[in-house]
Amino acid sequence: MTVDLDTRQQIVELNAAYAACLDDGRYDEWPAFFVDDGWYRIVARENYERGLPLSILSLKGVPMMKDRIYGISSTIFHAPYYQTHIIGPSIITAGDDGQYNVASSYVVYRTKRDMTPDVLSVGKFLDVVDRRDGKFKFRRKFCIFDNDTIPNSIIYPI
Amino acid sequence: MTLSTNSRLDDEDRPIWPEAGSSRVPSAVYTDPAVYARELERIFYGPHWSYVGLEIEVPEPGCFKRTAVGERSVIMIRNRKGEINVLENRCAHRAMRFCQERTGQVKTLVCPYHQWNYNYDGKLLGVPFRNGVNGNGGMPEDFELESRALNRLQVAVRNGVVFASFDESVESLDDYIGPEILAAFDRTFDGRKLVLHGYSRQRIPGNWKLMMENIKDPYHPGLLHTWFVTFGLWRADNQSRLEVDRHGRHAAMISRKSDVVKGNVAEGVTSFRKNMTLNDPLLLDIVHEPWWGQDTVCMTTIFPSVILQQQVNSLSTRQILPLGPDKFDFIWTHFGFEDDDDEMTERRLRQANLFGPAGFVSADDGEVIEFSQEGFEQDKDFTTLCELGGRDVGPADHMVTETLIRGMYQYWREVMEL
Repeated sequence: MTVDLDTRQQIVELNAAYAACLDDGRYDEWPAFFVDDGWYRIVARENYERGLPLSILSLKGVPMMKDRIYGISSTIFHAPYYQTHIIGPSIITAGDDGQYNVASSYVVYRTKRDMTPDVLSVGKFLDVVDRRDGKFKFRRKFCIFDNDTIPNSIIYPI
Repeated sequence: MTLSTNSRLDDEDRPIWPEAGSSRVPSAVYTDPAVYARELERIFYGPHWSYVGLEIEVPEPGCFKRTAVGERSVIMIRNRKGEINVLENRCAHRAMRFCQERTGQVKTLVCPYHQWNYNYDGKLLGVPFRNGVNGNGGMPEDFELESRALNRLQVAVRNGVVFASFDESVESLDDYIGPEILAAFDRTFDGRKLVLHGYSRQRIPGNWKLMMENIKDPYHPGLLHTWFVTFGLWRADNQSRLEVDRHGRHAAMISRKSDVVKGNVAEGVTSFRKNMTLNDPLLLDIVHEPWWGQDTVCMTTIFPSVILQQQVNSLSTRQILPLGPDKFDFIWTHFGFEDDDDEMTERRLRQANLFGPAGFVSADDGEVIEFSQEGFEQDKDFTTLCELGGRDVGPADHMVTETLIRGMYQYWREVMEL
């Protein structure tokens, strides 16, 4: 089923706003990109393709996402770093109940203080986007990453 | 002739580890390439057992998993009789590391370069053009297939967990682990069928022993890890005990979470957050399992290659693969049990959020190891101080001690003759 240009444009803007939120370090605003019972998951492509359920992070619902944000800002000791997201053009198809399936390749660069940037994560976002009251939010966002040997740690959401 | 890389080890005027005892570890133990080369030779390729995987990862004949022992790539594969073999991933012809997939199922093992072909026991089945082509070429008459098998390691399987060793003289796995630590091992691995949940992999820029130390160090979890101290999962005032094998090389840290967290452990533990509550308590939806007994956590270190984790409902093995003195791969294999219901599987997966490279708790550990390594690199004359609880080695009935770290280095010094 075709997706109208206005909807496409709104999804493009959702992706841009999502990336800007994380790249600007406005982590407190991040859970609001999801519907209340949305599912955010970072999962190795190896596990995903083999049907193994383990994720490196699997947060179901906005409250759990808020716990993560409290964690990265207050409880997890880590070296600070900047993120820069490059999200490729999305393949958008209409799903059930006014939802849209959105698949986009991504690269996330990590720049630590005093260091040259490195590639933190490269893979694909497999998203389900929900339109409610004219506002687009993620019902599901799976970050399926190819580089499954992670350069030490992933702290912030990608 | 002495190799130049070994010169530092043999320099009597400037020994790597000048002091007696095992409570003050010099920087060079973490940074020196010659020390590391000797570790590979004497520890990883010497008479020690290394973890290679779980039996359930290779469920049928011909199923394989590629992994490593030390830096040497190996293949764990099940043969037609149902036994597990561990074969070196190095063709007997021209040394090709022929297996590049992580897992799979094969009819035979074939090196694509010249199609040398091996069975699941590593036996060479045939080589192309052995008898020449149109009377030309071919292998010499004295060539024997039997003389060119894949290198086959010693293998021991205990209750579904697979270990391998390059050294034929290695003692039995039971003797190697020893009775003190076998009890901790069998607590989780008692023969129940396991279910594979998946892998997490991280490359940590630090010396491999720092990860062993991390899980022999009951001092840090109640300080570094806010979640553990605030929610009572691991605190210095919890009832605990530390077990160690007779050599000091393996250990288990066993503890009980507090049912009610009354307040701070001691003045000034800044990671304790009095008013912290979770927005979603499901993250710590702990359900007691009968096999635990009263203990809620058991962290076992089997030197040199694996950590066995039971932390409430989350279970994993954590494999250490060294990659030089300043780097190692850390591979988490999460699992459950065959009789887990869907709810328990979901719970184990949810609690996995605490662990691994993005874990609410464990992400810190990779970070502090990286920064420790940076400290050792910047001051080569430094020595650590691991003297909490004294300078001796032995079991304990509390957490306020670094005795398990001292145990590992006591053994390390014997084996390394340093």
